[in-house]
Amino acid sequence: MKRLERDDLLPQETSNVILHRGEMVRPSVIRTRQAIFVTPGLLIIIFLLALPCLSLFVVSFLTRGEYGDIEMTFTLDNVRRMLGYGFFGWSADNLLILWRSVVVAFMTTLLCILLSYPLAFFLASRPANKRVLWLTVLLVPFWTNLVIRTYAWLLVLDGNMPFARFLSFLHITEPGTTLYPSQFAVYIGMVSVFLPFVALPLYTAVEKMDWSIVEAAHDLYSSPWRVFRHAVLPQTLPGLSVGITMTFVPAMGMFVVPDMLGGARYMLVGNLIQQQFGTSRDWPFGAALSLVLMVLTLGALVAATRGSKKKGAR
Amino acid sequence: MKRTSTLSNLTSVFIFIFLYLPMLSVVMFSFNASDMGLKWGGFSLKWYQQLVHNELILWAAWNTLVLAVVSTAFSTLIGTMLAIGLYRFPWKKRTAGKLNVLLHLPVVTPDIIFAVALVIAFSVIRYTTGLFELGLTTMIVGHITFQIAFVALAVRGRLELIGHDVEEAACDLYAGYWRVLTRVLLPMLKPGIIAGAMLAFTLSLDDFVISFFTCGPKSTTLPLFIYASVKRGITPEIHALSTIVMLVTIASVALMQKLSPNTKH
Repeated sequence: MKRLERDDLLPQETSNVILHRGEMVRPSVIRTRQAIFVTPGLLIIIFLLALPCLSLFVVSFLTRGEYGDIEMTFTLDNVRRMLGYGFFGWSADNLLILWRSVVVAFMTTLLCILLSYPLAFFLASRPANKRVLWLTVLLVPFWTNLVIRTYAWLLVLDGNMPFARFLSFLHITEPGTTLYPSQFAVYIGMVSVFLPFVALPLYTAVEKMDWSIVEAAHDLYSSPWRVFRHAVLPQTLPGLSVGITMTFVPAMGMFVVPDMLGGARYMLVGNLIQQQFGTSRDWPFGAALSLVLMVLTLGALVAATRGSKKKGAR
Repeated sequence: MKRTSTLSNLTSVFIFIFLYLPMLSVVMFSFNASDMGLKWGGFSLKWYQQLVHNELILWAAWNTLVLAVVSTAFSTLIGTMLAIGLYRFPWKKRTAGKLNVLLHLPVVTPDIIFAVALVIAFSVIRYTTGLFELGLTTMIVGHITFQIAFVALAVRGRLELIGHDVEEAACDLYAGYWRVLTRVLLPMLKPGIIAGAMLAFTLSLDDFVISFFTCGPKSTTLPLFIYASVKRGITPEIHALSTIVMLVTIASVALMQKLSPNTKH
């Protein structure tokens, strides 16, 4: 006769239970719960964002049908068009727009950094009880609708407003000249939109800064530049890199600001993409442009993570 | 030690003027009695009175509210579930890494690529099933897609903060999983969930690009309405409308600051 084992006395199902977070359960139960929790969210992100983004690789090489539909024919036309070979021969327009988008994003980020450092120090030096108020003052434009903030500049830059009058008084512009659409207006709009994106993370870093290092640098007769370079910059780099990513990436794809303040004269790649999905109804070309923008974005993100890691390690 | 110089103070004052001057001009001109152009013609509230009678604007305001409320409700539920599923269950390290990338994808994707991706996805769904004609539904689904990640990240912060102890104690006291979830975990997550929901709501109100791409002919929201009006030429009515939107923004920012003094986004 077979000797009874302890396991035989237990119901079969409980023999493979595990202890998970203080609970006796079968692994399959854990897996089922896990799946229930993550499935809806992951499905939405995968099917509405990740896969369509990957599909850009395919759609970019398809043909535009006669009525703006997509035909399943492989073509390199969109690449050629992007490089400037169009119906009327070669033109630099598209390449220029791509190049301009990168330059504008870069310059906007740079200007925002230059303005954000003084602002971050100013905020960090406010008395503790007033700081929340000052932060709120900075957060309000951050949360104000982009369209409203951009069109507000149309009022300020109007030819009859004091700013334009002042410029014409200095003989920089003709009297009554409206200052938009122009490159200048695009930069004004971009910097005002993205400034809080750099200033807020930078402020968080400055607030946590160890000032004794700065004092030590001063005591050792460092020049202001060297104090900044060796005592302030390394400490604020985490905040700075967050700010740079939060500005450079969306700035490259920005389309509201150049659309309202730059007009047809100063288009960025965002406007070109919008045209393809709007009036032109040329999705394959729009997809090709989006693909280039996506690759540029990825490049910027990788560079930002690498850069901050490398400098952080030193 | 002096931590700020005259130069940085002056720059900061200049920056605040730079940020607020355009917004204040809008507020100022919303009270302008003059019909045309940017000449001051005396104080008047007539543009605000006209707003209340403009059915297009009321309809757009209603759409904006429906879009924000419905998308926030769904994304708060789905995002909270996602955070619990991702950070309260064992995952293989590599899978966890990939899922983490997937979760951050909506946060780092530029608006315009996000919008293009949604347009492509919706047209594929429309082509295969006939559902998802562009309109308020597609806008809601689009907003949910970008809100989920922000909610999940807000809830994750709270999950890390509260630890496992209380849940395990509840299990030791023979609470079933459902009971642990509804009586222990969710109440403890509440501040994170509320912060995530408020973030999602504000993001929805603030969004223009994704709405612009995924909207239909009848689903105009306030930002879309303002954009279309400005394209046709600025009217004083738009100044009044923008002023109201800005006031709502200031109120909600103040509320967020008050409710969550220590959370940063």
